[in-house]
Amino acid sequence: MSGPWLLTLPVLAPLTAAAAGVVAWRVPRAQAVLALIGSAAQVGAAAGLLARVLAGGVQVAQLGSWPAPFGITLAADLLGAVMALVTGVIGLTITIYSLADIDEGRRAFGYFPLVQVLLAGVAAAFLTGDLFNLYVCFEVLLMASFVLLALGGQRAQMAGALTYVTINLLSSALFLAGVGLTYGVTRSLNMAELHLRLAIAAESRPELIVALAGVFLVAFGIKAAVFPLYTWLPASYHTPPVAVSALLAGLLTKVGVYALIRILTLVFPPLPGVPTFLLGVAALTMVFGVLGAVAMYETRRILSFHIVSQIGYMVMGLALIGSPSQAVRAAGLAAALFYVVHHILVKANLFLVAGLAARVGGSFQLAQLGGLAPRAPWLALLFLIPAGSLAGVPPLSGFWAKLAVIRAGLEGGAWLAVTAALAAGLLTVLSMAKIWTEGFWKPAPPEAPQPAPLCRRRLGLLVAPSVALAVLTLGIGLHPRPLWELSQRAAVQLLDPAAYVAAVAEHGPDRTSPPAQEVSP
Amino acid sequence: MAVLLAALVGGLYACGLYLVLRRNLVKLLLGLLLLGHAANLLIFSAPGVVRGRAPLVAVGELAPPPEAADPVPQALILTAIVIGFAVVAFAAVLARRVFEVVGTDDPDAMEDAP
Repeated sequence: MSGPWLLTLPVLAPLTAAAAGVVAWRVPRAQAVLALIGSAAQVGAAAGLLARVLAGGVQVAQLGSWPAPFGITLAADLLGAVMALVTGVIGLTITIYSLADIDEGRRAFGYFPLVQVLLAGVAAAFLTGDLFNLYVCFEVLLMASFVLLALGGQRAQMAGALTYVTINLLSSALFLAGVGLTYGVTRSLNMAELHLRLAIAAESRPELIVALAGVFLVAFGIKAAVFPLYTWLPASYHTPPVAVSALLAGLLTKVGVYALIRILTLVFPPLPGVPTFLLGVAALTMVFGVLGAVAMYETRRILSFHIVSQIGYMVMGLALIGSPSQAVRAAGLAAALFYVVHHILVKANLFLVAGLAARVGGSFQLAQLGGLAPRAPWLALLFLIPAGSLAGVPPLSGFWAKLAVIRAGLEGGAWLAVTAALAAGLLTVLSMAKIWTEGFWKPAPPEAPQPAPLCRRRLGLLVAPSVALAVLTLGIGLHPRPLWELSQRAAVQLLDPAAYVAAVAEHGPDRTSPPAQEVSP
Repeated sequence: MAVLLAALVGGLYACGLYLVLRRNLVKLLLGLLLLGHAANLLIFSAPGVVRGRAPLVAVGELAPPPEAADPVPQALILTAIVIGFAVVAFAAVLARRVFEVVGTDDPDAMEDAP
């Protein structure tokens, strides 16, 4: 299969499944089958794309055959390809889980096509090479997430959805404003071209470029839920069904982190002060997120706050790009990428396990849960793997991820952030232990609700995705080298975007003309 | 013209933010709408407003002549308007459902929803 097709397929596959699902609107069963096919195709296409990028470097496609920078560029480097693959994996597991978790009412209103639209939007955001196109992808995935969050219409869900929609629309408006200002400064929105033009603009007017970067930092900071812009996340993520929570928790904030990485490595030149600022933000995000989690007594709320805290680790890895040493920059970025992949798998799985615990124990409230370990030892094991990984217990994937971030931080001399990371790690252990003792160990309280037992087929559909994700976590934990080497290669590629820029420029109208030519108004 | 537009964009942002912060769902919606307009107008004015010729690309060329008006911001705004329309339409329906389900149009009073 040729490169351009392979690049569009991770987006086209779920989008086609969604479109076909809309045609089959009155047959939710057909929509579910289509969603499974779409997700499986996305995994396959993304895996193929990753193999292609590993073998042949950055892959570029021009939509509609318009030459760059006029047409919309799709470009996959290692970062984009890996993220697209993880998106596919999460999409497939969540779709399987949804078969048993999502009620008839939600299915009748197009639950499965909506998930496919969300997956298409997320994959497109990871693969686009155009800033405005990134905005459009954000809107596509946001729109799908809005509906998924509000679907069902319970009271708590409504209030959560309203907060989520409002804050995300604010963030989008800010992103759009940033896009407009960037175009005003550079006359381009192609990321590869922006890399060259913003570097030139930064030489003459550095303060303008830092301000511009600030607009994007706030916009993506809201999406990624960093301190102090994270409050919308714990207010909304625990309200929808667990499958939706897992999907949003696994993927959406990480799209924000991805955008931050992309903006700060490829699009903007090194900016004075910004990495130091981000390092502070990362430390505060870790600490405030985990403190919120410690105070909560509802499994999904605890997990929501942990998303915030874990985002801090990723941003800390990214913030090390301000280091004068190339080795530290590469180590920090590689640690951030490793962390993102690990975290997507683990966080989605934890939500799935929380859903299972609520199916078996009857509640998300820790006060009402209890005695799960003797009643369902398999569930205890299923919880321990992602929970230990999130807390950074060796030899699970989270241990290597935390080790990589903290070691890079030590090498970079970011003592404060390292201290915050260690403290947040300790408190993460505490709050995971809280779920363990309250939900699994303590005897079931007398007023504990007794849910109806699940039939075998349904239980299988709920457990299988969780087992698959746990196996992946274990695999990364026991054999971290492949993913670590992949992260390092991706980090090196990000730190030297020349290959990316050259690959996109090859699709330009005139290869000999200087790319930074100013088109005067 | 640029100063006038800048003031207008700033005014729209101020009004939009003020409305978003009000404790009323309808005003929240109007605020989001104004913020979208502000961003669109910002895109329009950021590259500089000029009186130019229509940006028509001659046969065989890849770009319109340099003295023509820049067509890209207009294309961006058109896309953003369509997206903004869809999003605000959804938000309007959501606001109505929220009012029906929760029984209040004050976002602050929804905090304690069980």
